[in-house]
Amino acid sequence: MNPYNYLYVSAILFTIGAVGVVVRRNAIVVFMCVELMLNAANLSFVTFSRINGTLDGQVVAFFTMVVAACEVVVGLAIIVTIYRSRRSASIDDASLLKR
Amino acid sequence: MLTIQTPEAVMFWFLAPLSVIAALGMLLVKKAVHSALLLAWVMITLAIFYIAQDALFLGIVQIVVYTGAVMMLFLFILMLVGVDASDSLTETIPGLRPIAITAALGFGGLLVSLIGRAKLGHDAYGLTAANSEGNVQGLAQLLFSTYVWPFEVVSSLLITAALGAMVLAHHQRAVPRATQREQAIARFRGASLGSAAGLPNPGVFARHNAVDVPALLPDGSAAPNSISATLKARGDMLDSAQFELGEVDNTVTEEK
Amino acid sequence: MTTSTSLVYLIALPLFGATILLLAGRRADKWGHLLATALSASSFGVGLYQLSQMLSRPTEERAVGQKLFSWINVGTFNVDAGLLLDQLSICFVLLITGVGTLIHIYSISYMSHDENRRRFFAYLNLFIAAMLLLVLGDSYLNLYVGWEGVGLASYLLIGFWNQKPAYATASKKAFVMNRIGDMGLSFAIMIAFATLGTVSFSGVEEASHTASKAALTAIGVMLLVAATGKSAQFPLQAWLGDAMAGPTPVSALIHAATMVTAGVYLIIRSNFIFDAAPTAQLLVVIVGAITLLFGAFIGTAKDDIKKALAASTMSQIGYMILGAGLGPAGYAFAIMHLLTHGFFKAGMFLGAGSVMHGMNDQVDMRRYGALRKFMPITFITFGLGYLAIIGVPPFAGFYSKDLIIETAFNAGGVKGILLGSTALLGAAITAFYMTRVMVLTFTSKERWEENQHPHESPILMWLPMAILAIGSVTTGFLFTRGDALANWLNPVFGEHGEGHEEHLFEPIVVSGMALVAVAIGVAIAIMKYQLSEVDSVAPQNVSIFTRIARKDLMQDSFNEAVFMRPGQKLTSLLVRGDESVVDGAVRGIGRTALGAGAVLRKTQTGFARSYAALILIGAIALIAGIWVVTQ
Repeated sequence: MNPYNYLYVSAILFTIGAVGVVVRRNAIVVFMCVELMLNAANLSFVTFSRINGTLDGQVVAFFTMVVAACEVVVGLAIIVTIYRSRRSASIDDASLLKR
Repeated sequence: MLTIQTPEAVMFWFLAPLSVIAALGMLLVKKAVHSALLLAWVMITLAIFYIAQDALFLGIVQIVVYTGAVMMLFLFILMLVGVDASDSLTETIPGLRPIAITAALGFGGLLVSLIGRAKLGHDAYGLTAANSEGNVQGLAQLLFSTYVWPFEVVSSLLITAALGAMVLAHHQRAVPRATQREQAIARFRGASLGSAAGLPNPGVFARHNAVDVPALLPDGSAAPNSISATLKARGDMLDSAQFELGEVDNTVTEEK
Repeated sequence: MTTSTSLVYLIALPLFGATILLLAGRRADKWGHLLATALSASSFGVGLYQLSQMLSRPTEERAVGQKLFSWINVGTFNVDAGLLLDQLSICFVLLITGVGTLIHIYSISYMSHDENRRRFFAYLNLFIAAMLLLVLGDSYLNLYVGWEGVGLASYLLIGFWNQKPAYATASKKAFVMNRIGDMGLSFAIMIAFATLGTVSFSGVEEASHTASKAALTAIGVMLLVAATGKSAQFPLQAWLGDAMAGPTPVSALIHAATMVTAGVYLIIRSNFIFDAAPTAQLLVVIVGAITLLFGAFIGTAKDDIKKALAASTMSQIGYMILGAGLGPAGYAFAIMHLLTHGFFKAGMFLGAGSVMHGMNDQVDMRRYGALRKFMPITFITFGLGYLAIIGVPPFAGFYSKDLIIETAFNAGGVKGILLGSTALLGAAITAFYMTRVMVLTFTSKERWEENQHPHESPILMWLPMAILAIGSVTTGFLFTRGDALANWLNPVFGEHGEGHEEHLFEPIVVSGMALVAVAIGVAIAIMKYQLSEVDSVAPQNVSIFTRIARKDLMQDSFNEAVFMRPGQKLTSLLVRGDESVVDGAVRGIGRTALGAGAVLRKTQTGFARSYAALILIGAIALIAGIWVVTQ
């Protein structure tokens, strides 16, 4: 087995996450799919770090985690705010830009 | 030169399909809570992958931060918004689902074929040398030398995000909360006096006084607004008819 | 060249006055006219001082200059805002400031009932400043600034009573026709810059010795176009008659004495160009000859006293242009006629203003008559001007006009005879129509309207008239005594081979012929207007010639038919083209954008998920690109 297999897994997980963002309507689930995409990217970084024999990839993955944490905090706060005013967590309901 | 030992290969071939299946499941299940749990599982497998790939620190952080903190935050928000809000999976935007699936297949296919074609130009090295002083020490070395500036920037981003979340979550009342007196006045000034004295209490007098049994109105029918809306929504409402007296015994034995 | 630091005050003083009066607004109503007059007079004082300085220097050092600032400095093209005062300029400076000051004084009284008198004086000061800049500029570009400045002042003053639409139209007409001439001047400057590389007088003069004849001819013709526009010469003469819409002092100052002679100044200042370009010089002569007859013919038929004088101005400037076109022999005489004309014509215009003042602004000479008894001073001053213009010795016009006629005859060959006879014929007609003006206004029987009480004008008005009358009596004699003016101006015209003095006629013969011509003209006019009844309304059953002359020799009809109507057609065609092609293209772009928007709007569903799908498709395109490239 070679470490490239991890990259395939990463690609597949990323694709699944992307589809989830498009297909699911619950804002929280969409958000979780975004997290899945970030994690898939992280897996790639870690694998590359291993292939290249340096730790830089892991550092980048670490930064990604921090940024993802920030994103989760703010994003969930936004979802809560929207839910509070619209009584719905469906992102299709927040389509005011259309009009 | 990196050689992958058999235990790792076994672990990979066991966990990788599981993680992909879990991810797919997350996409397909109806309830958001189930999605969250499946995502937590994917994250745990990823943590195992990290550890297997000599990224011990990241593996631990993945479990602590993601499965521990982030996923719990998700679940917490889910509870706040409403657990029972299970999505219908029918598509409302016409044509979006086929487009998404075709696009995903194309995307994934291209990505996989690209990875298959990619050549590194050298063999995989492995992290034995880089981790010779320990994974955490190696990372710290990089983080506080080469990456110290991004590190500082990211830390300020984290603080900003925390502040932002507080600002967003902070709810300022536009109008002062109505006092009891005002509520009472509003009840009597309302269009109907039907609920002026407050909603009826649940329970059938003298026969059953549980909160899940609607009260009986004077004409003998049940009063549905005498019980909590939550119980009604949950379906935990008993039929009050069964506690109705069939007939009233009016025979009075006179005390002698 | 010697420099003088006080030249700038000549211009700065009246310019300061104009600025103060225009900016101060109604606050300056009480004292504005006094300030303007004082500043004009002090500018005259500076001019006299410069003259005395100039006289104290030897001939070759008389020209002085002053560099104000570096104006344009681009590569090899350098123009300084510089002033040049030489023997030619000083004549103009004294004429402009002297006559200008007299007319300021006159206007104090003449305009006293006008509530916008301050604005009038501001414009007068502006005019004086611009005209001084015109004659003091040391390059064509500086001259151009003054040239445009006097055009502006003339426009503002002709349209001073622009509440009357006809007057506003007249000012517009003058402005537009001047613009054609101004185009000529700008073309001349551009050609000079392109071919000679310089626009200063000294630079062009130096370059003219070596420059190609074609370039000099082109410059000369363009300068002539400029001169015809500003000096109301054929074919750009049509505006001058209508310019009489302005207040009479304006007609006297701008449209008789100074601004309209700017063309003569331009041609004489550019003598080096015309000397080197005989074709252009010939054109100058032709224009002058045509205009002097043209103006004279119009003058015979006009009943409006100011328009008759305007026609006369046109004709007299024709004489000057003729003189200027005759080469070195005629330059000094052209300037002399210009100066004497400045005196007598300004005096006569002021006299006409005085008559109008006494006759409730009546301008129709057929409604005048017998004013001699009621306005003796006006009669005398006007009469002196009249004697000067028709050329009776020893009045000024005799000397200057006679010399031009003589020079014309001496031009040589058929050209000389033609020009000389034209000038002679012009003199006869001048005598006729000026006598007509004189007789109709002052000596014939009364033909007044009801309620006319002619009276003499106040001293502030007749004093300037008297001074100008003295000028029109004496200047001719003073200028010609020992060829004073000719010798004075000689250094300006450079060295010319003297001595081609091949007289066709002896000077005394020419003078005799001129006097005979004048006598004939006067006699006919007296017979026709003094000794026979004159209708108080212009008779309509007149010959075709009179009718054409009354219509200014069809100049307006010609312009209208040849330029205005086709121009209008062209404009409306262009407007239509603009609407369909240019606007169409613009609107087409707008409509395309709108249509594209309407189509593209459908992609904007407002659903975040469809946008996410688009992002996904974009990512696919990107990866597909990489996939193809790395194959």
